[in-house]
Amino acid sequence: MTYVFQILLLVLLIMTAAGAIMVKDLISSVLILGFYSFLLALVWAWLGAVDVAFVEAVVGSGLATVFFLLTLFGTAPKDTHIRRVAAPPIALLGLPLLGLLLLYSAEDLPRLGDPESPASVHVSPGYLTGSLKETNTPNVVTSVLMDYRAFDTLIETAVIFTAGIACALLLRRKRQ
Amino acid sequence: MIEHIVAALHRPNFIAFVVLFLWGFFIMITHPNLVKKLIGMYLVQTSIIFLLVTVGAKKEATVPILQGNDTIQSATHQIDPADYTNPLPHVLTLTAIVVQVATLGVSLALVIAIYRKYGSLDEEEILKRIE
Repeated sequence: MTYVFQILLLVLLIMTAAGAIMVKDLISSVLILGFYSFLLALVWAWLGAVDVAFVEAVVGSGLATVFFLLTLFGTAPKDTHIRRVAAPPIALLGLPLLGLLLLYSAEDLPRLGDPESPASVHVSPGYLTGSLKETNTPNVVTSVLMDYRAFDTLIETAVIFTAGIACALLLRRKRQ
Repeated sequence: MIEHIVAALHRPNFIAFVVLFLWGFFIMITHPNLVKKLIGMYLVQTSIIFLLVTVGAKKEATVPILQGNDTIQSATHQIDPADYTNPLPHVLTLTAIVVQVATLGVSLALVIAIYRKYGSLDEEEILKRIE
């Protein structure tokens, strides 16, 4: 029964992505993209990644949409008529071929939800069983993010800071 | 041939990943509008994160927050890793999502700067005005 809902969610996901790509008006396109992010948050809640779902709902669905809308209001969404141009044949030929190759390789991947998949039997059981003893936190994602990989998170704030400086430098107006 | 199709159908998330990744990439390289290109870039980024989170999923497992008896430290009780989804892809993708939004912000700022200088979001229009 839940399998039906999962397939429905994936179909909705691809449909909203197609909408964001195909709609001609840029503002509607961006709003559909926000809905796509929200559906993605639902998918991640289904896959058991609640922390990622929260971050996607806040940052992807909220902040990214606001960034896009600010850009569109800063420029002129109506003024730029979107042309349809013929795609270069190498892209039309090459990308479906690449897709077929990727799907051909699908049988080498672990099945969806396989508890014996290589990613789940290597180091992650160590984190799951040992993190409570070492960090006293029931949420394993928090303990890995803030304790085992705290430097990673620290440098990540440096990345955001750099991005903020770059935005401020690009958007400042010269004084007359 | 048939077994390849069945193998792909057993991994529906991978099919969704392939469609989203390639379609986003296609838009990124062929669409003339700069904002649409960035929408394609966003699709590519989210599809890769989607693949990473899918790798961590386990059947019959709950979210990676220890529950019930597992939250009590004891010498004898052993936590069964099969009860919880793999937390490591989640941690890595948390970082990736934030970096993704940072790159998106910088590229949108670049688009605004280009618009201020050349007055258009269309690639060919901009190329014409540069000459």
